[in-house]
Amino acid sequence: MEVIFDMLSFTFMQRAIIVGVLVSLCAALLGVSLVLKRYAMIGTGLSHVGFAATVIAGVVITIDLSPLPGWLAGPLGGVFEFIDSMPLLLPLAVTVGAAFLLLRLNESSKINGDSAVALISTSGIAIGVIVMGVTTGITLHICNILFGSIFAMTRADMYWSIALSIVVIILFVLFYKQLFAVTYDESFAKATGTKVEIYKSMLALLTAITVVLGMRMMGALLIASLTLFPALSAMRLCKRFLSVVIVAAVIGVTCFFVGMVFSFALDLPPGATVVGINLIVFLLFSCIAFIKRGGRA
Amino acid sequence: MALITCKDAAFAYEGKVVVEGLNFEVAEGDYLCIVGENGSGKTTLMKGLLGLMRPKSGKIEMGDGLKPTHIGYLPQQTSAQKNFPASVYEVVISGRLNSRGAMPFYSRQDRHVALENIEKLGITPIRKKSFRELSGGQQQRVLLARALCATEKVLLLDEPVSGLDPIVTAELYQTIQTLHKDGLTIIMISHDVRSGVEHANQMLHLQNRQVFFGTAEEYVQTEAGRHFLQGGESGWK
Repeated sequence: MEVIFDMLSFTFMQRAIIVGVLVSLCAALLGVSLVLKRYAMIGTGLSHVGFAATVIAGVVITIDLSPLPGWLAGPLGGVFEFIDSMPLLLPLAVTVGAAFLLLRLNESSKINGDSAVALISTSGIAIGVIVMGVTTGITLHICNILFGSIFAMTRADMYWSIALSIVVIILFVLFYKQLFAVTYDESFAKATGTKVEIYKSMLALLTAITVVLGMRMMGALLIASLTLFPALSAMRLCKRFLSVVIVAAVIGVTCFFVGMVFSFALDLPPGATVVGINLIVFLLFSCIAFIKRGGRA
Repeated sequence: MALITCKDAAFAYEGKVVVEGLNFEVAEGDYLCIVGENGSGKTTLMKGLLGLMRPKSGKIEMGDGLKPTHIGYLPQQTSAQKNFPASVYEVVISGRLNSRGAMPFYSRQDRHVALENIEKLGITPIRKKSFRELSGGQQQRVLLARALCATEKVLLLDEPVSGLDPIVTAELYQTIQTLHKDGLTIIMISHDVRSGVEHANQMLHLQNRQVFFGTAEEYVQTEAGRHFLQGGESGWK
């Protein structure tokens, strides 16, 4: 208990917890639909695109504009400064764009869905690494971007995260029945006049936002797990959609908080610790389900 | 006026005609069975009836204020659905999805209609069970109840008995028969010509064009019907 009070006495920790709890909640809610709709890899793909965008947003300010003519360097410098002052903006825009691109690729039968995701995610990593390579001498820590850092949260980030998380949660609640119908049976939903494409786009858009918000703390390589583990754990034991959603949300938030406490107390990397706790819960739930089935696979 | 009138309609995928020469009517109270081999255009026509595809030429007209979105649809199940964590009630009420447009949540009326249809199909005892724990026949009943939630007039059934054992198949045909007697118009796509002829009063035979449309009694007299009924699914040209 004392550890928790200790932990909450730091401002950066308070911010990290507020943002993390909200992001975990959004990720868990969206994750249920993503997992059931076999879109689980979208989170991974988008987070790798987010990686590239974060690297670019971090280095633009260091680009030397002096060889360019003044009329170009002036406005461009202004744009770069703006990007630098709002570090979430560029990743958000790029990732949302990638989400729509991914859906388009998914629909056109020329490239398979899983290939499209693999294509986009490896391209994201490659572009990020290239940009890091050409801009030497910067203070960007690749480890922090890949695996997350709790010191990354500024006050502005926190407000952004709170506002966007609330939007995600409200949209999820308002369109719950449509999301259920589209997740469960797209052809039936279409036949009764539901604009299936709109809800699929909404799912991709909200996932993109959630991934970007959580990426700085959880890391580009780990954020997608927040969408997967809670839903998968909940599905081991729950039989109804609503209970899967609620249990996933509870698991997501609880695992995040417990992970942060362990990370603080034992000085472990926060993102990885949260994923570790999620893994333990998943294994535990799988065991309970196995025993409940009477030992049948 | 007929509920659905198909006038010289043709459907095409990416410019390639799949099925053409469709001229038929579905009147209120009909039980129409659409038969044909795989790839003969049955599924394509179904998409046209549901308003998911526009005819390339000709037209499909709906009468009596019927809209394509008010057709209760029983799709073929996908493998993903078989393991979906949802209760029977959750699945059935999702048939009421567009009863109030894009309004959030289900109304008291929606819940009432869902429970009524659950009762009608005799699945009240299993309404709290998980869909994935049910037998194939029970799952089809649940999806049928959902389809009823979306319509008051027309049911469109896509291969409703595929994958079911003979006893369950007979029970399901019985249920469909009862719904028909209660006044619903039934359109059923089926491989099973024998049961089609037995239960339906109208037959539509497709072979990338309309080969036959008329009553079931007439159909068994035609060369196409006789051949198909003898099990020569692939032989008839």
